Amino acid sequence: MALDGQKTAYKYIGTTPDRPDGLDKVTGRARYGADISMPGMLHGAVLRSPHAHARIVKIDASKALALKGVKAVVTRADFPDGLDGEDWNLQENCMAGEKALYDGHAVAAVAATSPLIARDAVKLIEVDYEVLPHVTDVDAAMKDDAPVIREGAADFSVPEGLHPNVVRYFDSGRGDLDKGFAEADLIIERSYTTEAAHQGYIEPHACLGQMGEDGRGELWVCTQGHWFVRRMSTAVLGIETTNIRVTPSEIGGGFGGKTTVFIEPLSLALSRKTGGKPVKMVMSRNEVLRATGPTASASMDIKMGMTKDGKITAAHGTFRMQGGAFPGAPVDVTTMLAFANYDIENVHHIGYDVITNRPKQAAYRAPGAPMAAFATESTIDELCRELGLDPIDTRLKNAAREGTRATFGPKFGPIGLVETLEAAKTHPNYSAPLGPNQGRGVASGYWMNWGGETSASVAISEDGTVTVSIGTPDIGGSRASMALMAAEAFGIPYEDVRVNISDTGALGVNEPTHGSRATYASGLATIRSAEDCIGKLCKRAADKWGIDPEAVIWEDGCAKPSGPNAGEFPPMSLAEIAGEMGSTGGPISGHFEDSPAGFSGSFGTHVVDVEVDPETGRTTILRYLVVQDAGKAIHPAYVEGQFQGGAAQGIGWALNEEYIYGEDGRLQNPVFLDYRVPVASDLPMIDTVIVEVPNPGHPYGVRGVGETGITPPLPAVANAVREATGKRICNLPLRPSRVLAAIQGKG
Amino acid sequence: MAEVHLWSGLRSLADGKEMVEVPGATVGQVLDSLVAAHPGLEPALQRGVSVAVDGQIVPNSRNHPVDPDSEIFLLQKLAGG
Repeated sequence: MALDGQKTAYKYIGTTPDRPDGLDKVTGRARYGADISMPGMLHGAVLRSPHAHARIVKIDASKALALKGVKAVVTRADFPDGLDGEDWNLQENCMAGEKALYDGHAVAAVAATSPLIARDAVKLIEVDYEVLPHVTDVDAAMKDDAPVIREGAADFSVPEGLHPNVVRYFDSGRGDLDKGFAEADLIIERSYTTEAAHQGYIEPHACLGQMGEDGRGELWVCTQGHWFVRRMSTAVLGIETTNIRVTPSEIGGGFGGKTTVFIEPLSLALSRKTGGKPVKMVMSRNEVLRATGPTASASMDIKMGMTKDGKITAAHGTFRMQGGAFPGAPVDVTTMLAFANYDIENVHHIGYDVITNRPKQAAYRAPGAPMAAFATESTIDELCRELGLDPIDTRLKNAAREGTRATFGPKFGPIGLVETLEAAKTHPNYSAPLGPNQGRGVASGYWMNWGGETSASVAISEDGTVTVSIGTPDIGGSRASMALMAAEAFGIPYEDVRVNISDTGALGVNEPTHGSRATYASGLATIRSAEDCIGKLCKRAADKWGIDPEAVIWEDGCAKPSGPNAGEFPPMSLAEIAGEMGSTGGPISGHFEDSPAGFSGSFGTHVVDVEVDPETGRTTILRYLVVQDAGKAIHPAYVEGQFQGGAAQGIGWALNEEYIYGEDGRLQNPVFLDYRVPVASDLPMIDTVIVEVPNPGHPYGVRGVGETGITPPLPAVANAVREATGKRICNLPLRPSRVLAAIQGKG
Repeated sequence: MAEVHLWSGLRSLADGKEMVEVPGATVGQVLDSLVAAHPGLEPALQRGVSVAVDGQIVPNSRNHPVDPDSEIFLLQKLAGG
């Protein structure tokens, strides 16, 4: 749906000024979660289960409580009964009840006068466990003899006859698969797996909670969404939502993993038990990896048919995904987006959400999409190779365009997949010569984006500056983007705009910075709030001039008579109106609240060149190109940063990152030395091309860009390794041992 | 009457129909009409769905207007990272 008056010419949009928070962050002045302290503060620590699955027979905290400096211990007995649905899941995940469900599951928490005493006290808590059989693999968890993790966890969607560990079932599609496959000249079927990968944010979870015995308090926390934290924490504690005010700190990365709660309700519960002393909790990296949410792992079967000239005639996918010990693996999105890049008449998807003895999965950048892309885009690559077709031309032949009925149902509006493919094809990287043991991979990807509940305010300050208040924490430079959009709307310099991230007491509900929504939704709210302000600024000028407010226009940062008939008055700048607003009616501010529905998805195409060492199996990334549709790039440098960040995380997922569980069900690699994220020396400079197909649902044409970039790298890298080695490896990560085994014919 | 298209997992809850015609001038009214016609759909709708009206996804918008000839798709509930 087009919005009237979409701008096409800009003064500030598209420029790349320094971010307003940059100096604070490079000088250490910015305050992150662990930087928050208060007088009389206690320190919390958590006792975590060493077992993957165990009944908790007895907890004895008497020795811990006897330790000097220990002020409180909480267990599940300190939390209310009677929760259901996702509230119960959150409570059970934050603090185990009858059973510990995974290695690292919280069993008790301590508050003490120092972090060291708290950690020592945790060791003094005695827990009697009855160890139970466990399962951590998704396919094993669906077998008849798999241990049942929780009876009755399945919802209405699960057909009879499936194992109780299957908790949700999805089935969608259209057309006639038999007819479609009959029309194909080549049909390829493959099975694929991807492992769980962690978001790998630099800053571990940290918070400081204070709550009195009356159940009222405050929470300072590193989060992507403080209204979510407020709702979830109060639900876990069984108190009213607005009893807690939540203030976000700066955030050192989230990527979806900080849209839920882990230690926050524990901090508040400990504080309440001490009579209101503030309790600070900071996770170690070990705790982050063992007990926060990685993304789901997946096991997938794909069948696709294609004609000799490259037309996809039918596609079928089965996706089995585990998201830990609770429902919620993003198999719904996986099934919806698996084939969404293409115009396919006959398509069918089946999805299984399976619980295992692993930590509760959390959102991770385009949750569910990269796994599906790995399976489908690898299969398309194999079809192209067998039929001797160019991978970009084949994708162009099948690409979804404006008016295409998406494989998940509705018709697409204006979208930019074709433009990304065409830009990739003409980029020098696509024709760069390759040497021995080198290969090139291509893949495309999609993310739908999101609008969500959004509230913003803009206030005019007496010094002529503008203060924007939004509720979406700034993870990737959104303060700069908001300031640019406000500057454009008002026609004032970027430097005259301040951007605050407000607490939950200052604005209406805001969903987190998730779903690639901040620049779209908070940006739209900022522009509309600015327009609300401009109307009031024009009225002040009109009052001064003694003319009708409708006879005043706003142009280049000034109120002006709309024409000769309105009268002859010199323009009044924002600063002039602001300087006298105290005596012309008082403060001027604008507001906007909505759940904007005009978001539109972003497509991307990646091209990667790799070299594989035939003696070690090690893969080196030689060149990497990201082409993606941004709608309109507000701050192109930060858009490029999102492209590069998504690619870097996807390369890590493709090559090295994985949760490794031992036969005892314990995580074997809960430190960054063993959980191998890419470092700078692993990556070349990632080239970027910003495609701009404006989104008609945003005044400036913005599409969210944060998530699409992690979708193509998994298949793009796998396709490049296929060309370099001649071996199709269907299991990620492509660690050297796995690639070497494939080269040697052992994989 | 708006056309509401169901993903295949929902069809068994609506007498096997892929498309259901129900009255309603808003998304909320259409969803209420859908449950009235096919009560088996209620658990699925309560769990949360996303609704696409004429190609535009309108989450959390029961007040979003629906035209008599609108094409509506129910989609799985969306999220993001």
